[in-house]
Amino acid sequence: MKQEFTITVYSENRVGILNQVTTVFTRRHINIESLTTSESAIEGIHKFTVVVYATKDEIDVLVRQIEKRIDILKAYYFSQDEIVYQEIALYRVPTASLFEGNEVEKLVRQYGARILEMTPEYTVIEKTGHKKETQELFNKLDPYGVTQFTRSGRVAVNKLKKEPLNSYLRKLAKNGVNPGI
Amino acid sequence: MEEQKTDTVKMTGSEAVMESFVREGVDIIFGYPGGAIMPVYDALYSYREKLNHILVRHEQGAVHAAQGYARASGRTGVCLVTSGPAATNAVTGIADAMVDSTPLVVICGQVGSALLGSDAFQEVDVVGVTQPVTKWNYQITRAGEIPWAIARAFYIARTGRPGPVLLDITKDAQFGSLDFDYQPVTSVRSYTPYPLVDPAQVEEAARLINLASKPLALIGQGVVLADAEKELREFLEKTGMPAASTLLGLSALPSAHPLNVGGLGMHGNYGPNVMVNQSDVVIAIGMRFDDRVTADPKRYATNARVIHMEIDPAEINKIIHADVPLLGNVKESLPMLTAKVSKNSHSEWLEEFRACDRVEYKRLVEREIYPDKPELTMAEVVRRVSEAYDDDAIMVTDVGQHQMIAWRYFKFKQSRSVITSGGLGTMGFGLPAAIGAKLAMPGRPVCLFVGDGGFQMTIQELGTIYQSAVPVKIVLLNNNFLGMVRQWQELFFDHRYAQTSLVNPDFQTIAKGYHVPSVKVTRREKLDQAVKKMVSTDGPFLLEVAVEKEGNVFPMVPAGASVDEIILE
Repeated sequence: MKQEFTITVYSENRVGILNQVTTVFTRRHINIESLTTSESAIEGIHKFTVVVYATKDEIDVLVRQIEKRIDILKAYYFSQDEIVYQEIALYRVPTASLFEGNEVEKLVRQYGARILEMTPEYTVIEKTGHKKETQELFNKLDPYGVTQFTRSGRVAVNKLKKEPLNSYLRKLAKNGVNPGI
Repeated sequence: MEEQKTDTVKMTGSEAVMESFVREGVDIIFGYPGGAIMPVYDALYSYREKLNHILVRHEQGAVHAAQGYARASGRTGVCLVTSGPAATNAVTGIADAMVDSTPLVVICGQVGSALLGSDAFQEVDVVGVTQPVTKWNYQITRAGEIPWAIARAFYIARTGRPGPVLLDITKDAQFGSLDFDYQPVTSVRSYTPYPLVDPAQVEEAARLINLASKPLALIGQGVVLADAEKELREFLEKTGMPAASTLLGLSALPSAHPLNVGGLGMHGNYGPNVMVNQSDVVIAIGMRFDDRVTADPKRYATNARVIHMEIDPAEINKIIHADVPLLGNVKESLPMLTAKVSKNSHSEWLEEFRACDRVEYKRLVEREIYPDKPELTMAEVVRRVSEAYDDDAIMVTDVGQHQMIAWRYFKFKQSRSVITSGGLGTMGFGLPAAIGAKLAMPGRPVCLFVGDGGFQMTIQELGTIYQSAVPVKIVLLNNNFLGMVRQWQELFFDHRYAQTSLVNPDFQTIAKGYHVPSVKVTRREKLDQAVKKMVSTDGPFLLEVAVEKEGNVFPMVPAGASVDEIILE
């Protein structure tokens, strides 16, 4: 049965890694639902968070195929209940819509959103949450004239007691492997 | 890498490429010069006493030759080509090396770094193009990176599960200067070449093997790549279990070994294909359950617990579920397992394989090698040639019917004697691979079997054979057809021979043009004499044999069938 998995990949900071990660999915026709990448908490190590729908057996093989690439340090996969995750969404509405009654303001309060920037022409609203929640707010705001809507990829932390990458790096350091070679 | 300035020598990036090759023990480079690699070729001119460069006729040939060199010797093959079309010509060989785990370092030139991304003359994003077909690749834009990148390339190519590495060097990096200080790479933080062997898994594997009444070992190229032939024999001889080989694993165990029950897969032997579904424990040793081995994987090893000895974690459970995954280098894990298993013999079980062999011989082999029809068969030619070399030559093949026949009927005494394109099935592989194999192992006879289709895909490498005086023996099995495709058209496409009939040139005239001595055989009574002439000729030789036009390769596991549905005729 296909289910949602969040994959975290740690890599060296080298050109072309993103392509190496994505081709593992694309060559099997697995669509990437969301993807975020940035430097991780450890200097020089990049972190990718990828969300895909796949079966457990598929994901198990795919993650090992990602990890097999030389510049990938480690790759882990988590089911939805093994992580805490968040996304961010931005909505641009005409400022005029806020003056045509208090509906927009009510929605902002009700959904725990906030106003990021307000100009005479437009207002930018920000909401963090899961896709379902940010989508719901979009559906509510849309009648008031959303002119732009964008949602980020996922960021996630796992619920494990120890961050597995740290244990891995400590083990390497103990074995005298130079960082970054 | 650049902070250590002790004992450094100032040199150009191009000289650093040469000096790094020397430090890595490179003796032969297969290559073809061109614009964006000219500075490196200029440096090579000064190194021509230390580094033997073989000038091929096409970059695909350079890579296949390097593959033949690597497969025959176990050393890393090295190629040198220019940018753009040269690099894209090399891609087929690189992909072949990737899927067949062959250690290569391919160096290509690239336009100057200022021109990158500008669609400059002969610019191709080679790192992008080769990313899915290399174990690692890297673009070098500064001379100072060259020793580091080359050291890393050789380390990655040869360790763990070997594979091709490509380095793309911009022209300004070749011209630039650096303080040369070579530090061989001994580890890479993000790369674990040899997973640790888990003793608990060894215990569990041994327990299953000791309980098994019908165990079967499946030998893959992993045994050869790990130099674990001796360890394999010790394991097999202690457990007394039969062993069958994949396409690339063949020759890891001598053909005449009493536990060798033949080849696996689509055109393998009858016994191992049928018996794998009767076996109660299957021990896969350095093999990856390719679809040409398993046929329908859902109906493979159906009654067996599977022990999978594998160096690459990504292969575990990819095709066949492993009841006991045993990760690690088989050179290390096999002796651990041998120590834990009990001494055994499985004579009744082995006898079942021998019974299958008798069926296969009676219904198929006998009429293939001693045909009663006037036309020559591929099998009888292969058998005569094998015997003429006392079953101890390096057999190189191209791809197609002749490949399967050569693999079935050639016999082996030593490991690293089968050089063939397995996973990719690259027509045109054979001739250049034979060149590389012969240059790597000058003391062993190298005999290529090639069809009339594949021969013409890289036929220009006859020029390399002539220029570099490479004494390879070429057996051209000519049926004027793309035989394997024709066979499928006959069996599965209602005899509709779409574009498989070839109108060929006179190969004797072509051989003459390249100064390669040759003979053509069309009648059985001339075969032995012609084979003798080939074997006794110093230097290269082309033996062309006109074989039956519509011969088929059997046995055969039809597509989508189970291995035990193998058909003999």
